[in-house]
Amino acid sequence: MSQDILVQCFVEALGVQAPVVVDSLKYNSIAQWDSVAHMTLIAMLEEKFDLMLDTDDIIDMSSVAKAKEILSKYGVHF
Amino acid sequence: MNNLDFFYNQPSPYSLSKEHKREAIELHLSRLDTHHYQNCKSYQNMTNSFRHGNWLSSNSLLMPVRLFKQQELKSVPQEDVFKVLTSSGTTSQVVSRIILDRGTASNQSKVLVKIMQHYLGLQRLPMLIIDHPSVVKDRTSFSARGAGILGLATFGRDHTYALDDDMTINIERVKSFSEKYSGQPVFIFGFTFMIWQYFFQELKAKNIHLNLSDAVLVHSGGWKKLIDVAVDNTVFKQVAYNTCEIKRVHNFYGMVEQVGSIFVECSHGYLHAPDYADIDIISAETMKVLPYGEKGLIAVSSVLPYSYPGHRLLTEDLGTIYGEDNCACGLKGKYFHVHGRVPKAEVRGCSDTHAVEQKL
Repeated sequence: MSQDILVQCFVEALGVQAPVVVDSLKYNSIAQWDSVAHMTLIAMLEEKFDLMLDTDDIIDMSSVAKAKEILSKYGVHF
Repeated sequence: MNNLDFFYNQPSPYSLSKEHKREAIELHLSRLDTHHYQNCKSYQNMTNSFRHGNWLSSNSLLMPVRLFKQQELKSVPQEDVFKVLTSSGTTSQVVSRIILDRGTASNQSKVLVKIMQHYLGLQRLPMLIIDHPSVVKDRTSFSARGAGILGLATFGRDHTYALDDDMTINIERVKSFSEKYSGQPVFIFGFTFMIWQYFFQELKAKNIHLNLSDAVLVHSGGWKKLIDVAVDNTVFKQVAYNTCEIKRVHNFYGMVEQVGSIFVECSHGYLHAPDYADIDIISAETMKVLPYGEKGLIAVSSVLPYSYPGHRLLTEDLGTIYGEDNCACGLKGKYFHVHGRVPKAEVRGCSDTHAVEQKL
């Protein structure tokens, strides 16, 4: 469930296909995940999971795996 | 590798007293001297000839900022190059090109976060951006203005643009933002000239008064255009209060050659060097370091530049240092004012990124 929402957020914010969104996908490793898309992604994650991320979380969110780890801190289970 | 853990582990970005700072920053900068000397041929050549000429007050080369326009200065292998920052890409002049590897880019973001959190807190605040949304639309080529807005956007949420694409203020949007977050802290960011011209002046002309009394206004980009119309920091702050009731205003001094380690204005109106950076005032005649209180060329150092030799820079700005560790605001570090550009230096900087649009 959370996994599907997470993938959907990446798909919409980055404009990529769902199979691209794997744990090893890293920030800035593909053209679509740049600093602009990153802020769109953050806004989308906050909306869909109904939470508010800190500045440090945004800087730390350097991969899909890391995104899961950070969201877990806020009580989202994967 | 450029390990900054010592600095990251300090309780605040303004905690090192001068003895500790001198030791820590000089150790770090001298490591960077060696790294750049070994990995950047141009830096090595320049250092050798400067040492030979023996006209520097220290053994370390201060890189003149305009050299970043004239050549590509790089201290990492080409395959490690991750991004190239350019300055003021919308003006007709030659732009600076700053070569970044992943490590340097990541440290820039981290240090900017450490410094800004000191003023804004850990939580991201609702953010009003005094610019128009198109400034960040073209993702392949950001102007310095777009890059600045994006960098600072990390500290906000519900990003709201105060201006429309034709640079006119969108009163509805601004009013609904200020009403929605009335009584809550918010973050306002923009470039000094744009805020003055397209926000404050428009509010005044339209006789609109906003209540943004819990806002923190952060701005940058140079005063040149405002000094021409006799607006200084005091006037700027007064108008911020009169039109929007904004009490907390922080200007900052920074440059594309040292992104991240910015110098932010404290509660007493002085720009402050954070632990990650330092400033000296150099005499243009003798190239020697001037004592506090004297006006001269600003030289800045930063522990961040690893992929390009920009850790010790000679700028074309004039400034005065007033002291170190004894500012009334309580923060450690040297505190200073910037007086503007050296006469006849080429026009550069974020504030000029609007020159082209204005002519349209």
